[in-house]
Amino acid sequence: MTVTTSSDANGNVSAATARATERAAESAAAAAPQPVTFAKALNTALADALTASDDVVLFGEDIGTLGGVFRITDGLTARFGEHRCFDTPLAESGIAGMAAGMAMNGMRPVVEMQFDAFAYPALEQIFSHIAKMHNRTRGALKMPIVIRIPYAGGIGGVEHHCDSSESYYAHTPGLKVYAPATVADAYRMLREAIDSDDPVVFFEPKKLYWSKETLDLDALRQQYDDGADASRSEGRAVVARQGTDATLIAYGPSVSTAMAAAEAAAEEGRSLEVVDLRTIVPLDDQTITEAVCKTGRAVVVAETPGFASVASELVARIQERCFHSLAAPVLRVTGFDVPFPAPKLEEYFLPSVDRILDAVDDLQWEA
Amino acid sequence: MGTEQPGAAAASAGEVDRAAYLDETARKFGISVEDYLLPTHGSIRILDETGRLRDVGEQGTAPGHEYPMPEADELLAAYEALVVGRRVNDQNSALVRQGRMAVYPSSHGQEACQVAAALCLGDNDWMFPTYRDSVAVMTKGIDPVETMTLFRGDWHGGYDPAKYKVGIQSTPLTTQLLHAVGVAHAAKLRGEDTVVVAMCGDGATSEGDFHEALNFAAVFKLPVVFFVQNNQYAISVPLAQQSVAPSLAHKAVGYGMAGERVDGNDLIALMAVMRRAVRLAREGHGPLLVEAHTYRMQAHTNADDATRYRQDAEVQEWMAKDPVTRMRTYLQGEGVLDEAAEARIAEAAEAMASQLRDGLNAEVEPDPEDLFRYVFTEPTSQLAEQQARLADELARDAATQTEATR
Repeated sequence: MTVTTSSDANGNVSAATARATERAAESAAAAAPQPVTFAKALNTALADALTASDDVVLFGEDIGTLGGVFRITDGLTARFGEHRCFDTPLAESGIAGMAAGMAMNGMRPVVEMQFDAFAYPALEQIFSHIAKMHNRTRGALKMPIVIRIPYAGGIGGVEHHCDSSESYYAHTPGLKVYAPATVADAYRMLREAIDSDDPVVFFEPKKLYWSKETLDLDALRQQYDDGADASRSEGRAVVARQGTDATLIAYGPSVSTAMAAAEAAAEEGRSLEVVDLRTIVPLDDQTITEAVCKTGRAVVVAETPGFASVASELVARIQERCFHSLAAPVLRVTGFDVPFPAPKLEEYFLPSVDRILDAVDDLQWEA
Repeated sequence: MGTEQPGAAAASAGEVDRAAYLDETARKFGISVEDYLLPTHGSIRILDETGRLRDVGEQGTAPGHEYPMPEADELLAAYEALVVGRRVNDQNSALVRQGRMAVYPSSHGQEACQVAAALCLGDNDWMFPTYRDSVAVMTKGIDPVETMTLFRGDWHGGYDPAKYKVGIQSTPLTTQLLHAVGVAHAAKLRGEDTVVVAMCGDGATSEGDFHEALNFAAVFKLPVVFFVQNNQYAISVPLAQQSVAPSLAHKAVGYGMAGERVDGNDLIALMAVMRRAVRLAREGHGPLLVEAHTYRMQAHTNADDATRYRQDAEVQEWMAKDPVTRMRTYLQGEGVLDEAAEARIAEAAEAMASQLRDGLNAEVEPDPEDLFRYVFTEPTSQLAEQQARLADELARDAATQTEATR
């Protein structure tokens, strides 16, 4: 990544100058932990990435003047200019294909797909080119592209606005798949995705956009910019809650549901461990294996329809690695194998605390 | 991008002067009305089918659009590339028949398009070819064996696209046009004067990415020349079943870009038209669409049987328009191509053929572990595990074989 030190041929302010101005403005503000939304953390990560490198460009549908339908790019066009954050014609394949070409010519595009199911026209470009270009050219061409996808349900969205499409991408060799579940990870993992030289499909759980955590974004930024080990999430699952009786494996929007289930189970005297995968590709087999072998029981929680999904893959890997430590079959709590339902039916489809607790009850406990 | 309201002009178009309306529309896109309407003028042809130079008035050019003839030495160099290209096509088809290559989509009959696309570009310009454009790739200076790696079956691509500024030849149709748009957009954002030639065929114009690429390029005013080789067939499906537009170049009108038609078997016309298009794109008047009328003389690939869907008489008709013969006749008539030059060019073509034969006959032992090396910039732990598993499997096989031979 390069950072120039002066304005370019178009008179655009360089990253270095922009960064100095940013720093001055930020040091004036009180750097104390405060409630930060998932959306704000993503917005800040994008702004910081734009500041860090002139090669980073953002584009998509309605992300300029409007700031995106979820306002994740709010204010970025005004702050960084139309050449850094811009609207495209309404065409997802065009967005992904243009990103591939820009990456071939030295840029680091970050594109937004407006909704999970609206990304499907882009699948040919993503699967056939973005995922394969590095391999096809034996490493000559890198594809440092981030495809941001607001995804999954829980917001009462209409048809084609709530798909859990991660299994399609995770199945495609050459794509990395990130699914942050916390506000701090939203910041760190988006920065990491943008700095990755591999293409990253970045799943943003819509239902978490307005969730809050009390944290110090300046400290997170500093930690990331300093290259602190704690800032690295790729291939590193975290044990979000320690437990001894059974292990819940979750990612993205299902982590908060799993945490709530663990809380409820504790009240009933059962100690559940919760693993937050953070990235699906690459997968942290080691943390999963340790967490499941420790308790001997596991439930995989995911919104995706379960058949031939990320959840199936997790169950398969757990039985391959933990077979002799298992006291019960590994169960799944996933969406049903039906199209994502209409808003008034989604509560019957989505993994819930009750459904997770029922599955835990079914883990063949001794009387 | 612009602030003009196209609806306002269109609504009153019926009542206002048509020429004034067209002029206004064209100016909105930053091009002249003549350029905007070029597809309606017919095809540019400078050499007729017998190799005779047409008078300027007969060349099909619109008023104010005379095309300067390339210099004699440029034409001779282009003719050499044409002859070498023909030899490459025929040598590769022979290598497929001999089992040295998995497949080869020949551009026999389309070599003038191939040569013009490669020769119209400057050092900082990019080209995005299709799988049928190997001759263009080689004319751009890429090693013939590297070019043929895809078709030999060693790997999906054999050259570094960034080093040569030539996109990889790949088989999904039309997707490369969007990559061309991205390369041009990146260059424009950095203030570079790169021009990109994006190639596709007539069948590809039916794909959605064709529309998306042309529209993106037009909206962002990018320096891309879309070069459609209309060779009349998409495998077996004739043009009439792909499009009922008056011509493929007419599609430019809808995107607000200049379009043009050219005889795709006339190397001089192709060079003139492509050079002009590249110059206009570089000057900020892009994108542009050029449709070349040509013919795929052979089957789609060796796996195809063209006699099932087209008549021999049609093929014979196009044989009479052969781009190599036409150019040779012209250059001989001008005294530019004498026997010595012809002999030298034939020798260059044979040298290329021999390079291809030697390169493609050499046995290459691919390394199975390469399967895992380039999927990501660094293999994931999952891939490292699978790589170790394959290595173990191969070691076990080797041990079993050693035991069997004991």
